[in-house]
Amino acid sequence: MKSLKRETVPIRTSSDVVLARQKVREWALELKFSIVDQTKIVTAASELARNTLEHGKGGKISLETVEDISRKGLKLVFEDEGPGIHDVAAALRDGFTTAGGMGLGLGGSKRLVNDFAIESEVGKGTKVTVVRWK
Amino acid sequence: MEKIPILRMGSFLLVTIQVDMHDRLATQLQDDLTQSISDHEATGVLIDISSLEIVDSFIGRMLANIAAMARVLDAETVVVGMQPAVAITLVELGMSLAGVRTALNVESGMELLYEIRGNFHSDQDHEISQT
Amino acid sequence: MSRLPEILRQHEGEINSNWLRDMTSAVRRNDLLPDKQLQSECKEVLSALVEGANSGDLVRLENPAWDNAKELLQSISASRAQAGFSPTETASFVLSVKKPVFDVIRKDLGGKADELFAEIWTATMLIDKLALVTSESFQVSREQLIARQQQDVLELSTPVVKLWDGILALPIIGTLDSARTQVVMESLLGAVVQTNSRVAIIDITGVPTVDTLVAQHLLKTITAARLMGAECIISGIRPQIAQTIVHLGIDLSQVITKAKLSDAFSLALQKSGRAVVRTTPEKSVGIGKQPQANKE
Repeated sequence: MKSLKRETVPIRTSSDVVLARQKVREWALELKFSIVDQTKIVTAASELARNTLEHGKGGKISLETVEDISRKGLKLVFEDEGPGIHDVAAALRDGFTTAGGMGLGLGGSKRLVNDFAIESEVGKGTKVTVVRWK
Repeated sequence: MEKIPILRMGSFLLVTIQVDMHDRLATQLQDDLTQSISDHEATGVLIDISSLEIVDSFIGRMLANIAAMARVLDAETVVVGMQPAVAITLVELGMSLAGVRTALNVESGMELLYEIRGNFHSDQDHEISQT
Repeated sequence: MSRLPEILRQHEGEINSNWLRDMTSAVRRNDLLPDKQLQSECKEVLSALVEGANSGDLVRLENPAWDNAKELLQSISASRAQAGFSPTETASFVLSVKKPVFDVIRKDLGGKADELFAEIWTATMLIDKLALVTSESFQVSREQLIARQQQDVLELSTPVVKLWDGILALPIIGTLDSARTQVVMESLLGAVVQTNSRVAIIDITGVPTVDTLVAQHLLKTITAARLMGAECIISGIRPQIAQTIVHLGIDLSQVITKAKLSDAFSLALQKSGRAVVRTTPEKSVGIGKQPQANKE
């Protein structure tokens, strides 16, 4: 995968989640994604950004345009130094809720993107990497 | 402070969401609507989301909550104008908004509300129900 | 320790000019690639070869030191494919660098047969691997093209038909996999908006099997339509399909299903507050019967 352009956006408040949505949409438009694909990646970004804020207690998103042999894509990495996820497999299952939360939305977000990877360590933080290809 | 305006049309309330809402604004809308339904004894709520290009699980839950709270207050809710891309994405996210009635646009939404909750002239209803 | 990196570095210029000079016209393909571009391709490839070799790893292309070279070869493979080169021609181009490389190795190590052989062996293995990069990349981009074309075919094969004001029909022919479902949803929902339709009849007569996955896809489509305010009716359920659905325990209780499209249409009309009414009386036909109009 080759990287073409890169930018980082902080996630500290709920307005940052809105800004993140808008930024991701900007990048998706630039890459000329179809409306449905745009909507999917922006929605996934919204879900994951909210997680970073609420579960991860704040963090950052890095946006990257990537290229792979004959296709272009948008790669997003959501990072936080929060409590981490104890049981990742369970978190990926639909309907999983943490106490007080309404579900991490990870399973749903996974379905909205092409590539999905998650690393998490309890007490250290979480990193979710997603790619939507054109 | 920005608020989403709630219009009153007889015994129905009409809300048009045109901005990309941050979580606080969405929660505010939920509270304002519930208050309004109660204050005006509304029998129907029409939420127009035709301008919303993104509906994530938070907004989805907001809509489901509004419908549920309205029902407890004896009002029916119809969500109208969901964009195709948004519908496809919500379904993929796993949200079906089962308890929420839907219609294609404001016109059909109003038709549906009339069908299920009758009268447009709430003042008459209001007088009749007063004891 | 191989002396190849050093040899390549020292003789880069010589290798470059000899390569161009000795390239056969079959490999050169002047008709597809002008000389100037060929020259710059040779220079880039050689430069990438020298750079990669400098890392000392002449065996493993997975070594990040070879990333640049691989990317370069992939992009050359793509641009040559566009220009009309066959994958063999592109690979042959890369392989043709062997001759000038072997020539300088022999010049350097002339009298030492064993060393000479060792370096030539290392060089040939390395250049073979690089040539294979171009072939593999050609293959991958072919597969991606096929995938895109399949998508186009899918879109063309899911027509949405307007049966009446506010009533759509979507006949699905063939298997319903997840890729198809996306296309079906997009076509259907787009049509719902365009035609302001409230009822959509999804006819599955042409769907050979309905298993749990297909049922899930159908349910997804129905849910998406419902979110927009349109109701779906599924028609064309063959007896075998009905059996499979029950056997698999698929829950279609929330979905309206009809065996025949005509029943579905009838229901759709009902739901849109319409009815079909006869406008001319039925004619009775029979031998010896008087036509009604002649009775007094």
